[in-house]
Amino acid sequence: MIVDMKPEDIVGEYQEATLTYCDGKSRKVLYTQLETPYPDGKLIVSTTTPDGIISHVNRAFVEMSGYTEAELLGAPHCILRHPDMPAAAFKDLWDTVLRGEKWQGFVKNLRKDGGYYWVKATVIPNVRGGKVVGFTSVRRKPSRSKVDECIALYPTLI
Amino acid sequence: MSYMFTVSPDFAPDRLSGWYIFNTWLQKQSAEAIHLEMYNHYHDLHQAIAADKIDLIYANPFDAAMLVREKGFLPLVRAKGESDEAIIAVNADSNINDVADLKPNTRVAFTDDPDVRLMGMIMLEPADLHAGNIVPLLSDNHVLVAKHLLKGEADVGIILAEAYDNLSGMIKKQLRILVRSQISVIYHSLMIGPRLQSRRDDFQKILLEMDRDEKGGGVLNALGFSAWQRIEDEEMEFMIDLMDTLNT
Ligand SMILES: Cc1cc2nc3c(=O)[nH]c(=O)nc-3n(C[C@H](O)[C@H](O)[C@H](O)COP(=O)(O)O)c2cc1C
Repeated sequence: MIVDMKPEDIVGEYQEATLTYCDGKSRKVLYTQLETPYPDGKLIVSTTTPDGIISHVNRAFVEMSGYTEAELLGAPHCILRHPDMPAAAFKDLWDTVLRGEKWQGFVKNLRKDGGYYWVKATVIPNVRGGKVVGFTSVRRKPSRSKVDECIALYPTLI
Repeated sequence: MSYMFTVSPDFAPDRLSGWYIFNTWLQKQSAEAIHLEMYNHYHDLHQAIAADKIDLIYANPFDAAMLVREKGFLPLVRAKGESDEAIIAVNADSNINDVADLKPNTRVAFTDDPDVRLMGMIMLEPADLHAGNIVPLLSDNHVLVAKHLLKGEADVGIILAEAYDNLSGMIKKQLRILVRSQISVIYHSLMIGPRLQSRRDDFQKILLEMDRDEKGGGVLNALGFSAWQRIEDEEMEFMIDLMDTLNT
């Protein structure tokens, strides 16, 4: 399971919040107002097991999240959950992919160093031999206007 | 029985003879009669696939899902170390310095190469550009995309990175790269259809040893490749899933 974030990992001034995940467990997160811009031309890719445990990440994922690959593999995907993200977005994500459909949305992710980055994410079920063996998320660079819409909308959903 | 081999129409024109040499080499090695049919347009290729005429194909990643899921094709090999990447280029004198500066009605030149266009359009999304609000300029090949930029007929061009890198120094000097994709998991693949599948292992073995074969090395050279590399079934499934996420 993921542990509380540590002050020594954080870059810059930070705030504290306690997130309670859908499995009932909670975690203390430390977050700053420092945005890491999405790198042009790259895709951030990860795959999870059917219950949302990270099973594969690409290099861009490692770079943007600030965690090492070893820290990410085996961790639940909510390791990146940012306190500004409404739970409803993730409920919609899971409801959609568990129906076997594709989900697309804009997500603010929390880095290990307390900073954040916005992505446009597409999540699909990985179907092999008729069975769902996991989920893959591919993120791309979002437009500023879409991010601004989310910055206005998300607080109203929390 | 004779089998039909084809190459995705986005092959580099100067590799055309290379593919014919490759087909001759493959026939000899596999002792199968294989006819190479080159199509100039995706439309013709897709008709041939739909009519189940194709047994072996060097396929664009865009077609991989349909070939695997609807037509029962399986992956053999990919060119070692090669992947499909796209470049967004502008005229060197353009005042655009960032994709985010682009506005609706931007004139975008591209070819009918479907995966390059897909990657390119994704790189234009940060400016809220999409198929519905650009002025498209469909061009016959990547050199013509570059020419549209030089003549000021297009604001940005979407070009296969390999083709861009192979443009003459003269042309490249007058262009500027805005974004180069670094995706690395999207690639062309040599795939084998149902009628030939009993020989899949043999074909894979022949191809994987090709760079060590006396004649084979030269044939690979003619294609611009150093060697073939095996594609595992799961790797292909993963690329298909990835294309599926990008296709939205
Ligand atoms: C393939 C996949 C990728 C995901 N990527 C993210 C992500 O980048 N950031 C995130 O906060 N949640 C992501 N999630 C959702 C998390 O699993 C989780 O639902 C979310 O962080 C909220 O936590 P909770 O559902 O435990 O409350 C992803 C889920 C899947 C299936």
